Amino acid sequence: MDSGGRPSAPGSDGPQHPASDEGDAPGRLERVRAAAAARAAEGAARVRAFVRRVERTPPPPGPFRPGFWRSPLRGPWLTSVFGLVLLIGIPLLFVTGLLSYAAYNPGLGALNDQTPDKGLLGFYLFDWPTRPYWLYRLTQGVHVTLGVVLVPVVLAKLWSVIPKLFEWPPSRGAAHALERLSLLALVGGVVFEFATGILNIQLFYVFPGSFYTLHFYGAWVFIAAFVVHVSLRLGRMTRSLRSRSLLTELRTGLADTRPEPPDPDGLVALEPAAPTMTRRGALALVGSGSLLLLVVTAGQSIGGRLRRTALLAPHNRDPGGGPKDFQVNKTAASLGVTPAHVGPDWRLEVRGRGPTLVFTRAQLLAMPRHAAALPIACVEGWSTDDQHWSGLRLADLAALAGLPDAGSVLVESVQPHGPYRSVVLRGNQIHDLRSLLALQVNGADLSLDHGHPARVIVPANPGVNNTKWVRRLTFRT
Amino acid sequence: MARFVRWYGSGPLHLLVLVASFALTGYALVRLFAVRPLAVAIWFVGAAIVHDLILLPLYSLADLSAQAVLRHRATHIPQPPWINYLRVPAFLSGVLLLVWFPLILDLAIPYPDAARLSEGVYLGRWLAITAVLFGASALAFALELRRLRRAARADEKRPAPGHDTAP
Repeated sequence: MDSGGRPSAPGSDGPQHPASDEGDAPGRLERVRAAAAARAAEGAARVRAFVRRVERTPPPPGPFRPGFWRSPLRGPWLTSVFGLVLLIGIPLLFVTGLLSYAAYNPGLGALNDQTPDKGLLGFYLFDWPTRPYWLYRLTQGVHVTLGVVLVPVVLAKLWSVIPKLFEWPPSRGAAHALERLSLLALVGGVVFEFATGILNIQLFYVFPGSFYTLHFYGAWVFIAAFVVHVSLRLGRMTRSLRSRSLLTELRTGLADTRPEPPDPDGLVALEPAAPTMTRRGALALVGSGSLLLLVVTAGQSIGGRLRRTALLAPHNRDPGGGPKDFQVNKTAASLGVTPAHVGPDWRLEVRGRGPTLVFTRAQLLAMPRHAAALPIACVEGWSTDDQHWSGLRLADLAALAGLPDAGSVLVESVQPHGPYRSVVLRGNQIHDLRSLLALQVNGADLSLDHGHPARVIVPANPGVNNTKWVRRLTFRT
Repeated sequence: MARFVRWYGSGPLHLLVLVASFALTGYALVRLFAVRPLAVAIWFVGAAIVHDLILLPLYSLADLSAQAVLRHRATHIPQPPWINYLRVPAFLSGVLLLVWFPLILDLAIPYPDAARLSEGVYLGRWLAITAVLFGASALAFALELRRLRRAARADEKRPAPGHDTAP
């Protein structure tokens, strides 16, 4: 923004810093400079001449011309309102996203970790708790639903600043060029993150690679640019928000809608068209877009009677396998699990200290069983209401295996291929009394799609970590 | 300091913040690009391009064309500003399509088998929502037209000063 003493191009009349001429540290700087003085000066002069030439070049026709953008509503105030919503929404998305990664317990090894190269980016990881039991249902429901709901706000924010993409000259010096590079990461990042997330929840796997890798590292690229953007623009945003009163804008009709006063950033149109919409209309339009998306989406995470209101969300219905059936993430057939895998020959192996214990399903059913009411909550944001599970406590199985204080358990499925057929659970998950190797749900034997003959169900655990069709539990200290 | 500002174009804090951010970006980018770097880069940069240079120009152009094409259809009957009666349902329906197009257009191939749910319902639902949105907008427009025309007729009945001036 600041052209810093150089002759500024027409239109770039940003606030000029008063030159505080304190002088350079004389000795060292001068010596270093002396070494390449002549050539550097020559080069610098050439660069300066080039920059000046570019600056004097009139902008090419079209969107680069200042008169091209004519919406009378564009201006720093409107941009700042959208910016404020995103300033609250994006950090919430980021934090719930980080929590989701922690919920997988990636610290327990490669089986749980889709991004093992995370390095420092996993600095915040902690042992995922089991209470409240609806924790993951809440955080991931918020993550996905909020992401969907913010789409109109992101679109509006990008619309409101589009003239900046066509600034002329394209760069007014090093600071400006670096900032624009960061903006590429910001805009590319926000669209990339929203696109990968929204495609993934609809099982439309067209993105190039593992969703976890792309969405996790993409989030860090985006948030790095987001933090810069906020720190460079926060002051301008608060000043712009104070420049007009929201209440007054909400009372202003079309006849009284005027463009904002000209701004140094060039958001306000130089030759504005007559307004066809008020500012309150623009805010209402974006807000109703968000509200509509909320209505057709949130029900899949709230459940109950509201599930049916999620008209366009992927898990808005019961899959129709009986009155007490509930949503399935991946059916047995889609993962290659056949009735033959779990027929009369199926056995559960339990390993720990001492020899491997082997159980038939009938033997498991004869053991003391416990109940727990727990939801299935998926990384895709949808979740079920509490289901009534019945089965053996993982803590009891750990004790049977000779490791009552087990620190972790490796759970393996009969599922022949695909990710998440094995997972590691942590000690706190084993020892929560609601953590079960479930044999029944809602008063009936598990169906094949829900993990017959036995599945794990742990409070606050991401859905895919509640392994279905379990064949072996290996308890470890 | 002044020389730095002149050379760089902003204060040193600006540079520090940006360099710190780029370092984090680099750290994450190395990992993001670890597998299929070209395809991921195309997606990342393409995301910005698709929005800024395709989606935004397209909807802006659609809005401008709608205004230009329909502007000259004005009759002598008074008309309310009508563009928003078109904009609002188009925006709302469009944003639903933008978010849920894989399900609406039946593109999520694994979905029916994985979730044991039919994907065929979404197109119908989206069309129904779209119909309701445009229908409600048409109704609102019709009511507004009626209100305006009644007001105009009431004006005609009592001769007002300046009634005969050219429009």
